[in-house]
Amino acid sequence: MATPTRDGPPPEVTDEQLAAKYDDPRFTELKRSLFRFIVPATFGFLAWYLLYVLLSAYARDFMGTVLFGHINVALVLGLGQFLSTFAIAWGYSRYAARHYDPKATELHDAIHYGEDN
Amino acid sequence: MDILAQAEGTGRTLTMVLFLLTVAITIGITIWGHRYTRTATDFHSGGRGFSAWQNGFAIASDYMSAASFLGIAGTIALFGYDGFLYSIGFLVAWLVALLLVAEMLRNTGRFTMADVLSFRMRQRPVRTAAAVSTLSVSIFYLLAQMVGAGALIALLLGIKEGQTFLGMDAETAKIVGIVFVGLIMTLYVALGGMKGNTWVQIFQACILVGGAAVLTVMVLGQYGFNVSELLGDAAAASGQAGFLEPGLRYGVEVPGDAVQTMWNKLDLLSLGIALVLGTAGLPHVLIRFYTVPDARIARKSINWGIGLIGAFYLMTLVLGFGAAAIVGVEAITAQNPAGNTAAPQLAEVVGGDVGGSTLGAVMLAIIASAAFAAILSTVSGLVIASSSSLAHDLYNSVIKRGKATERQEVGVAKLASIGIGIVAIVLAIFAQNLNVAFLVGLAFAVAASANLPTLLLSLFWKRFNTNGALWGIYGGLIASLTLVVFSPVFSGAETSLLGEGVDIAWFPMSNPGLVSIPLGLVCAVVGTLTSDESRTDRFQTLQVRALTGAGSERAVDH
Repeated sequence: MATPTRDGPPPEVTDEQLAAKYDDPRFTELKRSLFRFIVPATFGFLAWYLLYVLLSAYARDFMGTVLFGHINVALVLGLGQFLSTFAIAWGYSRYAARHYDPKATELHDAIHYGEDN
Repeated sequence: MDILAQAEGTGRTLTMVLFLLTVAITIGITIWGHRYTRTATDFHSGGRGFSAWQNGFAIASDYMSAASFLGIAGTIALFGYDGFLYSIGFLVAWLVALLLVAEMLRNTGRFTMADVLSFRMRQRPVRTAAAVSTLSVSIFYLLAQMVGAGALIALLLGIKEGQTFLGMDAETAKIVGIVFVGLIMTLYVALGGMKGNTWVQIFQACILVGGAAVLTVMVLGQYGFNVSELLGDAAAASGQAGFLEPGLRYGVEVPGDAVQTMWNKLDLLSLGIALVLGTAGLPHVLIRFYTVPDARIARKSINWGIGLIGAFYLMTLVLGFGAAAIVGVEAITAQNPAGNTAAPQLAEVVGGDVGGSTLGAVMLAIIASAAFAAILSTVSGLVIASSSSLAHDLYNSVIKRGKATERQEVGVAKLASIGIGIVAIVLAIFAQNLNVAFLVGLAFAVAASANLPTLLLSLFWKRFNTNGALWGIYGGLIASLTLVVFSPVFSGAETSLLGEGVDIAWFPMSNPGLVSIPLGLVCAVVGTLTSDESRTDRFQTLQVRALTGAGSERAVDH
């Protein structure tokens, strides 16, 4: 399917045309495939971040445990927050490109160019 | 030892030359951008034609302020690990923007945060509320940056009490610094609009990240790239127990005072939550997602931003501990009690160790320019966000009921940027000797309490309505402001805005987030349920548009 912006802007659509697609099973599926990733990912990273902040406030002896050299648990967990942020961002892009974007494009084109396109 | 004073001659001259050179280049970019700024889309959103890496660099530039460069490096240098805690909150926060906000916002809105908030509501009241909140967040943040900038320019030029440079003493230099920063940022925005300013920010991000990278490699080089050894040296040089652990700056344990200890720790939680939830509610961050052609590019640009910001904070970790180990706490606090000059001082010492005093002066000039770039790119982003909101939300949508022409809206936006520039300069001069560092925290708290809950409910909750949006925005805003006014950052302590003499502080925490964020959310929910308005059709339009991109705003060609 052609990218709609490639040959000039796609035809205008009305708000009613958009709202009409809300009950389309393909839209329900689109929503589900998005939520399948963002809901667990959001709860996951917020819980992991909160755990880190709570440990920093209330488990200082544990955080100060030296692992090797001058590297302690606090530093490793902090770097872990960086790593998990990078990993989730990368994983989300990969997931969205595979499971979300094609469906979104299909619906976008169906709305702008009509069902038969 | 007065490190900055040692290299006064060459150091200052080089710093000035490099700084003026970068300013000249950015003004050149601005004038170029001016030629391409005609329509409202050009002014507010730079024509929506930026690529993922371009917007990613601009996002990083918007976000990495002097507070997050010099401030975090300085906090790590003086208090060790706790400075790192701050940068973690700042970084993780981007996941909220990436997963929940950016793409849907790009597809739904046009120019401002209020576009999304008012999409299925009654336009005028919601836009007014969103504009009030946008302006509050932006002005608080702007003021904190401008006051910091004044002090910083005096410090970076090495002007001390009783000394003069180019006929300026330290106090005059502060005012000149504030006025100068204010004029430049206004020029960037009024002339270049979003297009010019985005290219300026891309350039500034390169200076900032490049400068920090060179210094980081030099510091690590001194330790044979052994981070553990660097940390050991920093801890030993600091002379403080627990320098590599949390607790010296945030959530401090006060021996024998269990109540104060409890509040300190809750304050740390409050800070952590406001940091992570605030970013995705900062208007100047949100409007960056409108500068790209579609939601997919918005997503990719955040990934660029996360990569750059993450790498940058890892470098500030090295620079902070490096300053503690190599410069030493005594030399740092002698220059600036808050540690804001730790990174430039480190540049001079490490440069001097590697290549003699000339390289020391060069490194100092590079890091000072990087700090200026960090300040200018953030304040100009804030000016765009506020002038767009004034012109698009208040002037066009509320006063003109959407009937203003593009020319009128762009004209008002330019005038607004000049007005905001003047207000910011005047307020910053009045506040220059006050401790306004808390304003950054307040901006994040308002963003997290007033903006983020209403934004998320607008996008995801079918029942949400006008009343709920108004309660949510005003509730979160008023809660954050009230709690801060009655907190120790405002009165009752030596470091308060009003000093020790006035004491109206009954709220024991510096960061209101722990209370104001849930309160903002509850207000939004209760406000919704106490009103019968429910527009299912608009919600359906919004969700289909937000998730498929159908009917969304297109990029303009020139």
